[in-house]
Amino acid sequence: MSTTATAPSHGRAPDGPAADAQAPDGHAPEVGARQGHAPERSASEIADLARRVVGTSSLDEASLRRYLHGLPGVDQVGAEGRAGMLATRSIKTTSKAWALDLIIRMIDLTTLEGADTPGKVRGLCAKAVQPEPGDPTCPRVAAVCVYNDLVPVAVDALGDSGVHVAAVATAFPSGRASRHVRLTDTREAVQAGAHEIDMVIDRGAFLSGRYERVFEDVVAVREVCRENGATAHLKVILETGELATYDNVRRASWLAMLAGADFIKTSTGKISPAATLPVTNLMLEAVRDFRRETGVQVGVKPAGGIRTSKDAIKHLVAVKETAGEDWLDPDWYRFGASSLLNDVLQQRQKLRTGWYSGPDYVTVD
Amino acid sequence: MSPFEYAPAPESRSVVDIASSYGLFIDGEFVDPADGTMFKTVNPATEEVLADVAEAGETDIDRAVRAARRAQETVWGPMPGSERAKYLFRIARLLAERSREFAVLETLDNGKPIRESRDVDVPTAAAHFFYYAGWADKLDHAGFGVAPRPHGVAAQVIPWNFPLLMLAWKIAPALATGNTVVLKPAETTPLSALLFADLLRQAELPPGVVNIVTGARETGAMLVAHPGIDKIAFTGSTAVGKRIAREIAGTRKTVTLELGGKAANILFDDAPIDQAVEGIVNGIYFNQGQVCCAGSRLLVQESVADEVVDRLKERLATLRVGDPMDKNTDVGAINSAAQLERITRLAEAGTAEGATRWSPACDLPEQGYWFPPTVFTDVSAAHTIAREEIFGPVLSVLTFRTPDEAVAKANNTPYGLSAGVWTEKGSRILWMADRLKAGVVWANTFNRFDPTSPFGGYKESGHGREGGRHGLAPYLVDGSTD
Amino acid sequence: MATTPTTSTGTRVDVRKTYKLFIGGAFPRSESGRTYEVTAADGRFLANAALGSRKDARDAVVAARAAQKGWAGATAYNRGQVLYRVAELLEGRRAQFVEEVSAGEGISRGDADDVVSAAVDRWVWYAGWADKVAQVAGSANPVAGPYFNLSVPEPTGVVAVLAPQRSSLLGLVSVLAPVLVTGNTAVLVSSERRPLPAITLSEVLATSDVPKGVVNVLTGRTAEIAPHLAGHLDVNAIDLAGAALADGVTWGALEAEAAGSIKRVRRPALDDAEPDWTAVPDGPRRILAFTETKTVWHPKGV
Repeated sequence: MSTTATAPSHGRAPDGPAADAQAPDGHAPEVGARQGHAPERSASEIADLARRVVGTSSLDEASLRRYLHGLPGVDQVGAEGRAGMLATRSIKTTSKAWALDLIIRMIDLTTLEGADTPGKVRGLCAKAVQPEPGDPTCPRVAAVCVYNDLVPVAVDALGDSGVHVAAVATAFPSGRASRHVRLTDTREAVQAGAHEIDMVIDRGAFLSGRYERVFEDVVAVREVCRENGATAHLKVILETGELATYDNVRRASWLAMLAGADFIKTSTGKISPAATLPVTNLMLEAVRDFRRETGVQVGVKPAGGIRTSKDAIKHLVAVKETAGEDWLDPDWYRFGASSLLNDVLQQRQKLRTGWYSGPDYVTVD
Repeated sequence: MSPFEYAPAPESRSVVDIASSYGLFIDGEFVDPADGTMFKTVNPATEEVLADVAEAGETDIDRAVRAARRAQETVWGPMPGSERAKYLFRIARLLAERSREFAVLETLDNGKPIRESRDVDVPTAAAHFFYYAGWADKLDHAGFGVAPRPHGVAAQVIPWNFPLLMLAWKIAPALATGNTVVLKPAETTPLSALLFADLLRQAELPPGVVNIVTGARETGAMLVAHPGIDKIAFTGSTAVGKRIAREIAGTRKTVTLELGGKAANILFDDAPIDQAVEGIVNGIYFNQGQVCCAGSRLLVQESVADEVVDRLKERLATLRVGDPMDKNTDVGAINSAAQLERITRLAEAGTAEGATRWSPACDLPEQGYWFPPTVFTDVSAAHTIAREEIFGPVLSVLTFRTPDEAVAKANNTPYGLSAGVWTEKGSRILWMADRLKAGVVWANTFNRFDPTSPFGGYKESGHGREGGRHGLAPYLVDGSTD
Repeated sequence: MATTPTTSTGTRVDVRKTYKLFIGGAFPRSESGRTYEVTAADGRFLANAALGSRKDARDAVVAARAAQKGWAGATAYNRGQVLYRVAELLEGRRAQFVEEVSAGEGISRGDADDVVSAAVDRWVWYAGWADKVAQVAGSANPVAGPYFNLSVPEPTGVVAVLAPQRSSLLGLVSVLAPVLVTGNTAVLVSSERRPLPAITLSEVLATSDVPKGVVNVLTGRTAEIAPHLAGHLDVNAIDLAGAALADGVTWGALEAEAAGSIKRVRRPALDDAEPDWTAVPDGPRRILAFTETKTVWHPKGV
């Protein structure tokens, strides 16, 4: 017996994610510039929905606080216990092969170093498009994730490969800059051709209870993502490692979703702990519940700390058993990672040849 | 078909050797039963016969009790606690070393998922021995006076739901306090106890300190009635518990009884909802619900009842029912045809009395004893399924409006083994815990067990406690209160 | 029981006391309307005591059950104070108890005085346990996981107590007080032939701060009443101390009846004699015999 998500898949076009789960010829499916199948919502639709969910005529500090603090609590021990149980699933043979290819298709191949250069980014882009030279069945990754000054390099290198360019913006990773600076940061990345914007929330504002400010930040960044005909998708980084409690993670997830996030993302990768399984599972519960309540599906992106195929497979198990199979798709689930890809490739080789692989048999970029 | 249907991940059964037949373990060796009677034990998931097992009769019981008496008087009783401790530590270590073997055997003989025997039964059993080992030379400080005395020979009769773990719960405190043991495993699950006998050989435990006599109910009755027994520890049904209590009335045998339950799992509208749903699932579908402290009655606050039931059903659809040896199985086989018949009969009564029955879609294997995870809604307190212990994967959902009503409904049963409370309000938890007549109250968790934590019931769920310092008392003359 | 001769001129005819049952704080006669003659050790008439019936026992259980929640819900400090107050009142009734014990048990007033002292002291000893027993018998359990885990002794509920047949006050106090300490309520069957101290104790309790129904006292034939208490489904435990020397009673038979609802049973210490009640208890075992260990778990997290 296994799951079939029973929640109605509101807001999805008929060509649902399952349709392109894996192209029969083994090639990665072409991903459009506007990935995701949710119909585009206007800012006013988003605000209307938020008001309806919160049950208020004006989304102010008080109403947001009342709503977010009225969400069910999270028991830490229980949440971690559940994640621990999900982690015991044993994924073998055909399931594992399927999972490894899906993981590759879900990777936002990331480099976010002060030492990044156009050369480094071009190398990463080459790897993104052709992770396993000589193996045409190996899919491409979902996106390459870089700082905004390197977006033009990535856009150029990736061309029409279908691999997206994601840019971290809004004074990543701390977010400690004026709203003007953060929006300008975003605007430059969008104008340079980024398909996806990974913004950070103002954790200081969140932790001091200024939920309205966080909400408005997200709304404003989303507007920039969609201005002048741009269609960049917005991933909202909660930086869960700084939020300290699971209750906060749940509240921040809902706050971001209410403000119009296309994805909620765990971490910048600069803070530990980053994408732990309990945190990701909690965010999967949040997107599941949000769709149940609003009909709107939001994606989840764990980032930071997922280095092995084994870790990533545990995440897929959580996706399947908590949010449901509708999320088992690069449009709805991403891994923000750098070293994960090579481990997946080695595992893939092992499944194909029967022999354990080694680091010299995958490319280093 | 899901794109991510987990492929079979079976645990290998080659780690364990099962003999074609087993004798009785008496005085340190396996012996044939005096009258040669044997019975079969089967794998409930496949109905495959695993082994022939000896059925102990009067003569065998007498022999075992005498061996235990001799060992108690000449070896185990006089032995310093510090030395007894070392044997118990050895047993704990050996169990850990052979844990995979025990887990596989337990799953084969019992039908429980390998994930549970591997992650719960076997490690907790080892932990129990480790815990009580440390008590053996500290009994003077346990609060029962200086040099508290053991009763002598303990007769221990254990159930089939946690065969090895119940063995550990019984044997570890008995041995730590200087008693010797004659243990009777359940008729349908004798194999892990017989493998334990082999472990005792490795531990070089003196002969007669632990004797294992297999058999059915008659064997248990003969053991309990044997005049050479000083102390009885029984875990099983309330009906048999009452029979034992009546049997020993007027004697000086003392008894610990761990009997049935019909626990309420109480969910308030401010519960941590996702963990509460997990707690409900763990409460009633863990070990196929064949747990005396199972949360078989869900009492949910009326304002959130529909939402909770919806979420519960959604969660149950992800449970994986089937081959217990598969590492991804959540719900395994029912232990026996007889138990399956009982569960089926009670579930049918639920439908007949007007409750609404629901199970997730699942394909049950054709061979073996299977029952799908089942939820009954529209249940009222008068329904059979709300009162009788089903001992299977069957949840009855009832509602309440106020904390007082929740307490009243939770306590409205002759049982009193366990209860669950789910709410984020701390003061309400303590208020509830004060009022629930249950030996174990799990707040924002369920079905947790630990060697240091006393376990046992109020009312018809039995008396005496197992686990912790309290678990020593029933094995000491100076700790007994009856 | 002033036994002043009434034939001598100039002396007053004393006003005798009517000895009745004690149920739910009231002093009813037996619903059966029956009484039986209580005599002193030397055979002279002392009183007509109520010959309690099955239905009186039933009523007493109802009263005890009704009182249990409140008594258990009082703070341990409060129960200790209330019980200590009983000792104060016992002391105040010393003369009457000495009279009754001396007459009933056939011992000298001096010895009876010692018995009363011991009984008062025993009551004080137990009263002091009220707010300590949980500390001695409870535990904080260091489980292998992120959980708070605490075990505490709680009252088992309604306890039937068969008071010792011989030791009509000290034995009575020694079995009753430990039952009450943790918050149980009691249905006590007095010594069959020596019931007077039990009834006088009822009068003490009635004028003390012990809530009505916490202690209920039945007089009569142990053999008639005890089986109904042993078999009563709403009785949680039974102390068989007084079954040992009661006429027509086999304690094993009562224990067998009690098995029907898995009652907690405290057996008589000896089959054919009473223990030495003057010995100071070797610990709170009689208290713990009528408790349930409750263990509460809660996760620790943020």
